[in-house]
Amino acid sequence: MRLRNLILGAASLAALASPAFAQDLTAITGGRVLTGTSVIENGTVVIQNGRVVSVGTGAAPSGARVIDARGKVVAPGFVAVDSGLGGSEISSVNGSDDLSNGANSISASFDVSYGLDPWSFTLPVARLGGITRAIVVPSHPGGSGGHNHQDDSDFAGVGEGGYQSPSLFAGQAAIIHLAAGNDILVKPRVAMVAPFGEAGAGVSGGSRGAEFTQFKETLTEVRLYARNRAAYDRGDLRDLSLSRADLEALIPVANGSMPLIVTVHRAADIQQVLRLAREEGVKVILDGAEEGWMVADQIAAAGVPVLLNPISNLPGNLETRASRMQNAAALDAAGVLIAIKGNEGSIHRARETRYNAGNAVSHGLPYDAAIEAITVNPAKIFGMAGQFGELRAGAAADVVVWSGDPLEPLSIAETIFIGGQEQAPTSRQFLLRDRYRDGGEGAMPPAYSR
Amino acid sequence: MRLRRLRGPSLAVLAVLALGACATTGTDTPAADGSSNAEAREPLAAGLDYAANPDPFPSTYRGLPRQNMAIVGGTVFDGAGRKIENGVVIVTDGRIAAIGDASTPVPSGHQVVDARGRFVTPGIIDVHSHLGVYPSPGVSGMSDGNEATSPNTAQVWAEHSLWPQDPGFNTARAGGVTTLQILPGSANLFGGRGVTVRNVPSVTMQGMKMPGAPYGLKMACGENPSRVYGGRNQSPATGMGNMAGYRAAFIAAREYKAKWDKWREDGEGSPPTRNLQLETLAGVLDGTVLVQNHCYRADEMAMMIDLSKEFGYKVTAFHHAIEAYKIAPLLAREGICADMWTGWWGFKMEALDAVEANAALVDAQANSCAVIHSDDAELTQRLNQETAAAVAAGRRIGMNIPEERAISWITLNPARSLGIADQTGSLEAGKRADVVIWSANPLSVYARADQVFIDGGLAFDRTNPAYQPVSDFELGQPGFGASAANVPQGAR
Repeated sequence: MRLRNLILGAASLAALASPAFAQDLTAITGGRVLTGTSVIENGTVVIQNGRVVSVGTGAAPSGARVIDARGKVVAPGFVAVDSGLGGSEISSVNGSDDLSNGANSISASFDVSYGLDPWSFTLPVARLGGITRAIVVPSHPGGSGGHNHQDDSDFAGVGEGGYQSPSLFAGQAAIIHLAAGNDILVKPRVAMVAPFGEAGAGVSGGSRGAEFTQFKETLTEVRLYARNRAAYDRGDLRDLSLSRADLEALIPVANGSMPLIVTVHRAADIQQVLRLAREEGVKVILDGAEEGWMVADQIAAAGVPVLLNPISNLPGNLETRASRMQNAAALDAAGVLIAIKGNEGSIHRARETRYNAGNAVSHGLPYDAAIEAITVNPAKIFGMAGQFGELRAGAAADVVVWSGDPLEPLSIAETIFIGGQEQAPTSRQFLLRDRYRDGGEGAMPPAYSR
Repeated sequence: MRLRRLRGPSLAVLAVLALGACATTGTDTPAADGSSNAEAREPLAAGLDYAANPDPFPSTYRGLPRQNMAIVGGTVFDGAGRKIENGVVIVTDGRIAAIGDASTPVPSGHQVVDARGRFVTPGIIDVHSHLGVYPSPGVSGMSDGNEATSPNTAQVWAEHSLWPQDPGFNTARAGGVTTLQILPGSANLFGGRGVTVRNVPSVTMQGMKMPGAPYGLKMACGENPSRVYGGRNQSPATGMGNMAGYRAAFIAAREYKAKWDKWREDGEGSPPTRNLQLETLAGVLDGTVLVQNHCYRADEMAMMIDLSKEFGYKVTAFHHAIEAYKIAPLLAREGICADMWTGWWGFKMEALDAVEANAALVDAQANSCAVIHSDDAELTQRLNQETAAAVAAGRRIGMNIPEERAISWITLNPARSLGIADQTGSLEAGKRADVVIWSANPLSVYARADQVFIDGGLAFDRTNPAYQPVSDFELGQPGFGASAANVPQGAR
């Protein structure tokens, strides 16, 4: 109760949101601490200046604000991968969606970071589900974004994700944090996104073979451009199929310094993508990989990580016929680095990421591996190891105190720190809930309460 | 009596007649209605008089082979709000014979099923499914759920689109789902009839069709119909167009029903021409077809209630009732079920005001009917978890929601929402023995359905491949027969 009073009590919500709070020395004591890579019973997590100071079993330092987490679970904030958080407000309202790009001359160079809205009402909702960081990706056909409820599926839009990209590359992903404030961008341009399989074939005229050829030719052009920029600017280079902005954006992909998120589903396509990556020296991250378990050893041998949704167990189309609930467990057992996704593009349903991890556990994934798959692993995959996604000295203080096992739907995120900043336990949804808490039939219309 | 005569024999009676041929193995349904089909008049040519054969695609459902049994030692949530520790559930001839505490006697000859350390609930009922009509794979040629060709397609029946080989039926069963209502989509004001099925593998739709279950009519409010038809420059293009469309249809249905009633009564002149669209709407007016109304917003639900009063029918359930919590007292007073998600929101404007505590707030009203539904082949596998998330949202604001009560949101309340609560939905003596034995508390993410019984027949067993059915479609597909992480295909 003490904890609750602390949150809801005299400290105003405005004060909680203020960065000044981040200076405070705070110790979260007595809880079961999931560091992201290990478990500490009766642990103490100390944070200050936005970072984790220490994680262990010692007493709280003197002068620290103490949060009593006895009987509770303390975990790193979860990281939503393949997410649209901050980039789309209402899926069906096109003007509120800055994840989709239909311009032919801007494909690889499309940078989602410019369209992010720190005041999006999707962020507090995800946060209350324990999400504190997200990898925001542009919409891509064949991905998991967009609304595709069966009820609406005949008329929701084009493609599985309700969106058809005009080119091989959907654009570049960004990392965000979910703290309240006026800047959520952590790092722009952390990965390039490209659809393969059926969706990729669709971009290249209908056949997979055409896409692979086009992809290789594109990389050839990028390399040619990179070696001959001056000639290009003088107009002395042969015609290239991409715009200058796209050529520039693809240089780090072509030289292997920027990972390429490849949306791919069937086992046959995964094999081809692994071969392509090897031949071209491109660093890939597989996204989807529903049939990955069939070629798990090859993925592991290539050292390629996988972003997956462990509850995808139905053949939504003919490239996911072998999808199984055991995909996450099988890939993990083979030694593949996995990150577990939320649902429907992890915007409005990003908060379900933890349930998906729980379902992976009930289908054979070790519990520790499931926690890693929503904390440490995403940070590793996107080059942020040690900076967030785990409770260890020096990492960002993204700490959530849970009423119980965070993978259980019955558990509640009671206290949430992001970058050391305590987050107000509220959302637009909570305001609505509270307005109608008593049935909404009082003498004064509900509009008078807030 | 005019109503009765128009309606003809109840579906339940017909179902029993249909079952007669296989009554030795099937689970039969006692007739709830003793009405007679006797008509003095010379019958019309086959197919021209609804009353001559109101069940033209009759159920051929036969229960799976079954055994009398006693499920003992588990924690039982009976679906009707009761929790029994160390409970005993007696199943005899496919029906619940008794339920009680450890002192409940086990009849001799009953197989004892050890449920110690496990949980027992009624089979889960999903009131909003498109399995079979929007099946997996959702590829060209398989999208049969929306007859989006006219705002009123009350004449179409979802059962005529239902592909029984949809692998989604198997995965739903592995999640404890024993009964589903398969509905048409929501493109139209009147999408057509839904059908309630028993979740058993079957070569034919009729083999799954639940004997005696009333038909539902899928109606849709809001954005979908006005978007679909407004986009074609035809009515409805707006919310007011939607309302005008419903009203015009029910005016026509009233006239149609009056013509038939008059013709039956005085027997003069030519009989009315049978019209399948109006026939379904007339079924709504006489109460034999239940209104299953897709409707997100509170203001629209309130208007649909008034509309139902204008024409003299009842709304049985509002589906996707995102804003039910705003009018929870009204829904309770009207006796209308609110069929809801917990976590879905924000995919369109009418889904903007969703709250996770929706079910908890609806349930808090006396005489309410809160239901958690799926509309989704994945979510239907985890309705227990969707319920848990709703419970957590209620508890967060201090509501005391016992687990045994929350289980009714996916068992007894959906049975009420489908008009089959006398048949299933709770573990009460006399009802169908639709039972799930869970490995753990079903509100836990780690709980798996260990065994699923439908009418007392073992339909799924998580540890026995002999009871893990595989649809024809799944045979010989990529990965078929291979184990993933040491788990065989059947438990996909």
